Amino acid sequence: MLARRDGERDLEDTVRTIIRAVLVGLLTSLVAVGPASAEAVKIGFITSLSGPAGIIGKHMKDSVELALDHLGRKVGGLDVELIYGDDQQKPDVGKQVADEMLKKHKVHFVSGIIWSNVMLAVAPVVTREKVFMIGTNAGPHQLAGKDCSEYFFTTSWQNDQTPEAMGKYMADQGLTDVYIMAPNYAAGKDMLSGFKRYFKGRIVAEVYTQVNQPDYQAEISQIRAANPKAVFVFYPGAMGIQFVKQYAQAGLREQIPVYSVYTIDEVTLPALKEAALGNWETRYWSPDLNNEANTKYVSDFRKKYGYAPSFYGAQSYDGIMLIDSAVRAVRGDLANKAGMITAMRKADYKSTRGPYKYNVNHFPIENFYLLRTVRTPDGEFAMQIQKTVFESHKDAYAKECGMKW
Amino acid sequence: MAISRRAIVLAAGAVLLALVPPVAGLLNQPFYVDLFRRMMIFAIAALSLDLILGYGGMVSFGHAAYLGIGAYAVGILAFYGVDNGFLQWSVAVAASAVAALVIGAISIRTSGVYFIMITLAFTQMLYYLGISLETYGGDNGMPLRTRSQFAGLVDLRNPSAFYYLVLALLVLFLVLGRRLVDARFGRVIRAARSNEPRARAIGFSPFRYKLAAFVLAGGACGLAGALLANQTEYLTPDFMHWTRSGEIMFMVILGGMGTLFGPVLGAVVLLGLEDVLSALTEHWQIILGPFLVVVVLFAKRGLFGLVEGEVPRDG
Amino acid sequence: MLLVLEQALNGLQYGVMLFLMAAGLTLVFGIMNLVNLAHGSLYMVGAYLATALARWTGSFVLGGLLALPATLLVGVVVEVVALRTLYERDHLDQVLATFGLILFFNELVAIVWGRAAIYTSLPPSLSGSFVLLPGLRYPTYRALVIGVGVAAAVFLYVLVTSTRLGMLIRAGASNRTMVAALGVNIRWLYTLVFGLGAALAGLAGLMAGPIYAVQPGMGEQILIQVFVVIIIGGIGSIRGAVAGALVVGMVDTLGRAFLRPTLSTIVSPAAADKAGPALASMLIYLMMAAVLFFRPQGLFPTRGR
Repeated sequence: MLARRDGERDLEDTVRTIIRAVLVGLLTSLVAVGPASAEAVKIGFITSLSGPAGIIGKHMKDSVELALDHLGRKVGGLDVELIYGDDQQKPDVGKQVADEMLKKHKVHFVSGIIWSNVMLAVAPVVTREKVFMIGTNAGPHQLAGKDCSEYFFTTSWQNDQTPEAMGKYMADQGLTDVYIMAPNYAAGKDMLSGFKRYFKGRIVAEVYTQVNQPDYQAEISQIRAANPKAVFVFYPGAMGIQFVKQYAQAGLREQIPVYSVYTIDEVTLPALKEAALGNWETRYWSPDLNNEANTKYVSDFRKKYGYAPSFYGAQSYDGIMLIDSAVRAVRGDLANKAGMITAMRKADYKSTRGPYKYNVNHFPIENFYLLRTVRTPDGEFAMQIQKTVFESHKDAYAKECGMKW
Repeated sequence: MAISRRAIVLAAGAVLLALVPPVAGLLNQPFYVDLFRRMMIFAIAALSLDLILGYGGMVSFGHAAYLGIGAYAVGILAFYGVDNGFLQWSVAVAASAVAALVIGAISIRTSGVYFIMITLAFTQMLYYLGISLETYGGDNGMPLRTRSQFAGLVDLRNPSAFYYLVLALLVLFLVLGRRLVDARFGRVIRAARSNEPRARAIGFSPFRYKLAAFVLAGGACGLAGALLANQTEYLTPDFMHWTRSGEIMFMVILGGMGTLFGPVLGAVVLLGLEDVLSALTEHWQIILGPFLVVVVLFAKRGLFGLVEGEVPRDG
Repeated sequence: MLLVLEQALNGLQYGVMLFLMAAGLTLVFGIMNLVNLAHGSLYMVGAYLATALARWTGSFVLGGLLALPATLLVGVVVEVVALRTLYERDHLDQVLATFGLILFFNELVAIVWGRAAIYTSLPPSLSGSFVLLPGLRYPTYRALVIGVGVAAAVFLYVLVTSTRLGMLIRAGASNRTMVAALGVNIRWLYTLVFGLGAALAGLAGLMAGPIYAVQPGMGEQILIQVFVVIIIGGIGSIRGAVAGALVVGMVDTLGRAFLRPTLSTIVSPAAADKAGPALASMLIYLMMAAVLFFRPQGLFPTRGR
């Protein structure tokens, strides 16, 4: 090795000093306590902000901010303090962030959460402290059934409802010989069992692929060989982008149509474009859903952020609106939790999906629609509602929930 | 000089950690009890890795496996209604040690990068096994209904009691670890690291000593897994993901390997930075990443080297 | 039978992608003794640059051709700024520092291009499929990937066996100090090799763009498999990288396609449904453990280290 020059030595000393300073700063900021503000609604919003799923977190965060804009930066007439937390898509990190919000920030509401496993870790911790958990995406069956809670509400859906709608639609079409696929994890299995609850035709094969698998060519070759009448898949996020692109490249799309859930949405569509053209999805919400609240949400979102909103965003927007309705109903008396529960059960706010009711387990009873990817007149790609599959659809687990009201 | 400075730093660290619950109570900020408890649990995991990595030169890229096995031992027993903590934690340690015995017996035959990758391979297999365990929630994992019960001796539902238990275990492991590396056993491990043929020539069988260290480290990390399951009250295969092995390894390197106390510091700093930076900006990783690079480039003996001052590294 | 042939082609294609990644990684590993976790980041950078340049020039081919030297340049900058000081360090320091680089690159890409996956297009001539044999259609682009990969392998073979640079690379892989002692400017050689590795990773990335999702963190999804490849093949050996990539590509693809049906003829179909997918994902790791058990230095160990 070359002899070390003095300059390098100096540099090292300087950097060492900097690292020491960073450490000291870290220690101080860890124990720093923010000033406690009087009577403000504190909402902790947990989502994935960093990493590959950060884009979904961005959709949600932007929608929360838009909701606050629409409410004049007040919730239920009170000042509002919003604390965002990054769960990094890990249940234990999510739990720690929730603890921080409960014990450090002493929030009145925890909201957000994309992933079922993060939700399963966080929701009991929050509701145990008699703090409201307002879910705005994940709807695991445990929380809809035996683990339901007075303090848990969701503005999204129960996981199974969306594939149930697709199963119903495909059964109504008299389709049979369907090839069904999902990633080999709990949500994947829930999706396929939800599908099978309503689809009664013949299933050619039920295939589970590796989580986060990038390449589906082997599976696509198997589909071609099996030659089914239709394919039903659940591939969220990057998996969906990869499957749909590769399926189109294999030239199979013209022969065997793809029906999917949570695979093509406003988050993945900009990366897919014509590869997704003509594919079918079911969902409870769509940007072209025609009601006053939705029109305002979609157009203001586009105006403020310059991109198309997604259902993740619509649910998060609704979450803030639901909280607003609860605080308004008790006239800002945040200690009146029973009053807020009663208020939220009425779902008395202008939801982006239109009016809906809550089931006994605090999951929405809502409509589900059939959507198709189309090319709009201005050359863009969008999902458009084709027909209503379910009117006021209830989830399958509510009867396991012991709540009565 | 150096030794006294190290002793001061160690004592100060222990006192500071012991003061966390009363200070947090005084400030009405009980969250910090949770945060520091989590840091200490990872510190135990990092400490156990340091034993084989820092002293034995065995770069295990699969240490999260034992974290997962320990957590699943507690979770599965609780699932079947066994809440006794003595039993749960013993099973956690034993199961992790047995897994370490099997993995170690195969892996220690290789060395260098091959060792890194074969330990990674085993952990990946366990991770995929965890995902396919449908009864225990698959990739969703499962909640831990109640924290481990210790027949009224310690109540883990009390945050401070749980905190001091973890602190006591951490101190115990630090003391035991120090005695172990100073004993004959530790000298053989280090000798095998610096010159394996020589160690063999003077009549030691490095393989058996290395394997023993590997099993000890696995068992200790299994206990950290049992603690983590109780801390989170939830367990998932994610505990065994390869990035988790990486994080534990970074705690060791960041803090300073082969120092036992360094990994503790590394765990506190890494988790603390995550907590502080992620509250500042969603792009916190663009700060954390270069910080890691800079520490490696300029603080060759890790952060503990900075705290401890300039001492030549012992061979 | 056609299906088996088609799946073998799929395995070959996947193996080729893995090879492009593995070749650069194994060179850097073998010659500079550097564990570079950030190799996946160069793959990601290649995919992003190719997409951005293709949009800018309006041509897929031109974008790809420009992305190669651009990724090479990024690699050289990374080597000179950050990695050069790491060669003499522990593997551990290298792991930590290059992990830091991963975080940095992922966030940088997220800031520049956003966190969402970006759209990658193919010219119509490449986006369809063609009839390879009667009854066997194959995606055109996948065939192109195989072609490019084989060409890259031949190029590397010629480079390593019959040029002066290749001679130095071979000498460097087996005895580093000797090469330095012979008066070769070793720093220059290292930078060049790293740049070459980066360009290969970039090539893999730009070929992957139209098939996979181009998004921050895409490199880590394939990185672990690539490590498996070079471990099975033997670190530092290009021949090993070829063998390892083909073996992993084939085993993974055929396992995914045929393991479950095969299992269901042995055990009950329900049990096969449960065990099949889990076993298929473990297959390459099982294989790696088995190879290392019998040959702790991989299939093609490089001598002299």
